[in-house]
Amino acid sequence: MSDSSAPQATGHRSEPVLIEKSVRGRRGVRPPSPQGPLGPLEEMLPGVELRTDLPLPELSELDVVRHYTALSRRNYGIDAGFYPLGSCTMKYNPRANECAARSPGWARLHPLTPPAAVQGALQLMYELNCFLAEVAGMAAATIQPAAGAHGETLSLMMVRAYHRSRGDMERTSVLIPDSAHGTNPASAALCGFQVRPITSDADGLSDTRHLRELVGADTAAVMLTNPNTLGLFESRIAEICAVVHDAGGLVYCDGANMNALLGVARPGEMGFDVMHFNLHKTFGTPHGGGGPGCGAIAVGSVLEPFLPVPVVVRRGNALYDLCHDRPLSVGRVHSFYGAFLNAVRGYAYIRSLGPDGLREVARHAVLNANYVRARIGGAYEIPHNRLCMHEVVASASRLKRRFGVRAMDVSKRLMDHGFHPPTNYFPLIVSEALMIEPTETESKQTIDAFCDALIAIAAEAETDPEVVRGAPYSTPVRRPDETAAVKRLDVRWGSSGQ
Amino acid sequence: MGFIPHTDRERAEMLAAIGVDSIDDLFEPIPEPLRMARPLALPAALDERALLRHLERLASDNVTMDTHACFLGAGVYDHFVPAVVDALISRGEFLTSYTPYQPEMSQGMLQAIYEFQSLVATLTGMEIANASMYDAATAMAEACLMACEVKGSRVIGVSRLVHPHYRHVLRTYAESSGVEVRELAHAEGATQMPDGGAPLAAVVVQNPNFLGCIEDLSAAREASLASGSMLIVVADPIALALLRPPGDYGADVVVGEGQGLGCSPGFGGPMLGFFATRRELARRMPGRIVGATTDLDGRRAYTMTLRTREQDIRREKATSNICTNEALLALAASVHLAVLGPQGLREVAAACLRNAHSMVDALTQVGARRAFERPFFREVAVRPPGRLGVAELNRRLLQRGFLGGYDLGSAYDELDGCWLVCATENRTREEIDGLAQAVAELTR
Repeated sequence: MSDSSAPQATGHRSEPVLIEKSVRGRRGVRPPSPQGPLGPLEEMLPGVELRTDLPLPELSELDVVRHYTALSRRNYGIDAGFYPLGSCTMKYNPRANECAARSPGWARLHPLTPPAAVQGALQLMYELNCFLAEVAGMAAATIQPAAGAHGETLSLMMVRAYHRSRGDMERTSVLIPDSAHGTNPASAALCGFQVRPITSDADGLSDTRHLRELVGADTAAVMLTNPNTLGLFESRIAEICAVVHDAGGLVYCDGANMNALLGVARPGEMGFDVMHFNLHKTFGTPHGGGGPGCGAIAVGSVLEPFLPVPVVVRRGNALYDLCHDRPLSVGRVHSFYGAFLNAVRGYAYIRSLGPDGLREVARHAVLNANYVRARIGGAYEIPHNRLCMHEVVASASRLKRRFGVRAMDVSKRLMDHGFHPPTNYFPLIVSEALMIEPTETESKQTIDAFCDALIAIAAEAETDPEVVRGAPYSTPVRRPDETAAVKRLDVRWGSSGQ
Repeated sequence: MGFIPHTDRERAEMLAAIGVDSIDDLFEPIPEPLRMARPLALPAALDERALLRHLERLASDNVTMDTHACFLGAGVYDHFVPAVVDALISRGEFLTSYTPYQPEMSQGMLQAIYEFQSLVATLTGMEIANASMYDAATAMAEACLMACEVKGSRVIGVSRLVHPHYRHVLRTYAESSGVEVRELAHAEGATQMPDGGAPLAAVVVQNPNFLGCIEDLSAAREASLASGSMLIVVADPIALALLRPPGDYGADVVVGEGQGLGCSPGFGGPMLGFFATRRELARRMPGRIVGATTDLDGRRAYTMTLRTREQDIRREKATSNICTNEALLALAASVHLAVLGPQGLREVAAACLRNAHSMVDALTQVGARRAFERPFFREVAVRPPGRLGVAELNRRLLQRGFLGGYDLGSAYDELDGCWLVCATENRTREEIDGLAQAVAELTR
């Protein structure tokens, strides 16, 4: 653990890169010895061209421990403090689940072991799929996608396969609200669809009139996030799904915001045909600096035949098995079965909370977000200031207009107060957006301190705008030059950039 | 419950500040018919002790690389992982951080990713690498899609000796992207390279190939030049300690699976894909990239760069839809490489080579025959003695404490009866001799 008096990313002493610490001839860990006389390698690799140099760093084990400990002190995580990144659900990552996932009974499993010898693993995957299907209100689930965007990709592949299986080859477009996560249009493009944006109405919801104009015989699917990225529930969702279904299309739910709905409402009952979960958001698996995640998807019965192989099944003799015989399956999207160890963590999360606990997660996530909204509504504009779900989108546009202080400046100044900033400039339909998702695991005291900081910064923007514009002052580095980074493109040591 | 810290009093204060009477009132925007009228049908909550006992009981139903001596590879390997790897990646500052969008708060992870990119580029002999991919299969599929974009062709030539699952993932991606995948045949344990002819976007080979044999990358490069295509090599990071790297042969993209570098086998996930390429292709590359720059005060600083390729900025025009990467496992791989160093990594590779050869010697002494005579690294295709069949042999070996090799007939009709056995540096002399003795007894 790091020094408790330094809860933020306060490692100010810069740390050289590994190769700069290398000392020729120094050794670290010694691997196991070969089981037999080694002799010249050429004898075992006749005619094979061998490598002549391998310029990796040469360090002792303690050198490496100190290096990465120093780097860790220059990094901020949930364990260090509040991390209210909107759409990212930075909740506490329970350590019991980490402990469970590191058990050799899971961590040391080979994926190609005969199914009869890995019944525990298959049972866990089978049960987790059932749990996720129940939470979604859908027929089936798979953990194969490695991330949310991967789940989107897989879902759209299944949508495409579904239409084609019906001889319907003309469905080439996917409709996506202008408030959507960037992964939605990127995934649709990856799967060969034309993207058509749906505008948002004055209430911050998908404009159903525009949707009705766009939907037609070429509509493969509509991708919606619910609650949407403004933190608002799409209250006309049942109508939207009906319109799309009547036109022969399917409806996809981006489940990044499921933390608002656990045990409260189910996408399947709203009319969605397929959705992804981010186990690394909703079910508390650690984000790990950007991954690994798990983008499990749940599907309604119309899409179930198209699930990727292998599908975990329970045979009549109560044995779990991997089924590859799925003639309509889209195929495979991962080397094996997906991020299994994150499935263990997600399973542990669901088992430790149970149905009531999951519901309380959603209720307190929504309570915390509305409390933030109530506290900061005086200091910042809130473009859609009414009951929100798990996150609230504020705007710094008044500060920008009057004092030249932008959302980015507010965010950088928050760092000096010891907080990670909210998501900036997203959703794109709100100018100077500050998208705040507190999550249910934060206390009133923490949220109060954060709101106090935001309010103080708004006041400071009026009295000392240049101070806010020059922030941060307390971090290891200040506003790295991103334009120079692109120009130099120094993306490795030893390159021309250095 | 749910790690929720609120007391009744705090809840009341917060509701009052919001101006509602109850938490239920907050859900008023959800139309009544869409609100769940019953609790989720899930098992009741378990306390921590009951949870861990339940999971340990389930886990004990599994054969693992600790309960059995593992001679199975085929894409996931039982490599030695120094204890320090897990100790360092478990630090909460890394474990509980998000994608480093705010560089001031994330210098540690950004620098670690920069170092990972450097290590991958060094190992593969390539100019640049990205911050990681989901796994080798998706890294290869994304490399193929990138080649199609760059070359303006929609046809990929992929060796049949690329991992069957990677080829399956490629076909799945290709199907929805309108890309045609042509398989290159094999003979004598190596890929038969196409001899010019139809233009391709890329030629894809794996080295060592799925049969464990070393491919001729010079021939692959010539074939790619003749067909005007990119050369994509799926490389093994441990074998790269010994083999001349693909970059030296003029490979355009090198992808691979980094699981063997400090990551748990974990029933096949999460895995660690890597992706390296030439500098001029940086802007076409999928995934995140970290670059070094300077800050306001002139200090060295790191930040995500070439962001205008990415989905959150470019949306449907992005080079790929990737948002999540495998940063924590990239960190594990970096720690692993740093504590082994060049000498340690060479020793790991040499021990794999030695142990695999000792295993083949022991198996041939009990009547197994090698399927191909080509040089191999850590895995080798053999025909076991007797008429038991590979699946049945594996079943019986399990009862004797061995996790047997991959049944090649399950993926290749033409290799029916062949057994792909693997020995890493973690196998001991006793385990190798024990395997041979068990095979002898079971096939007698």
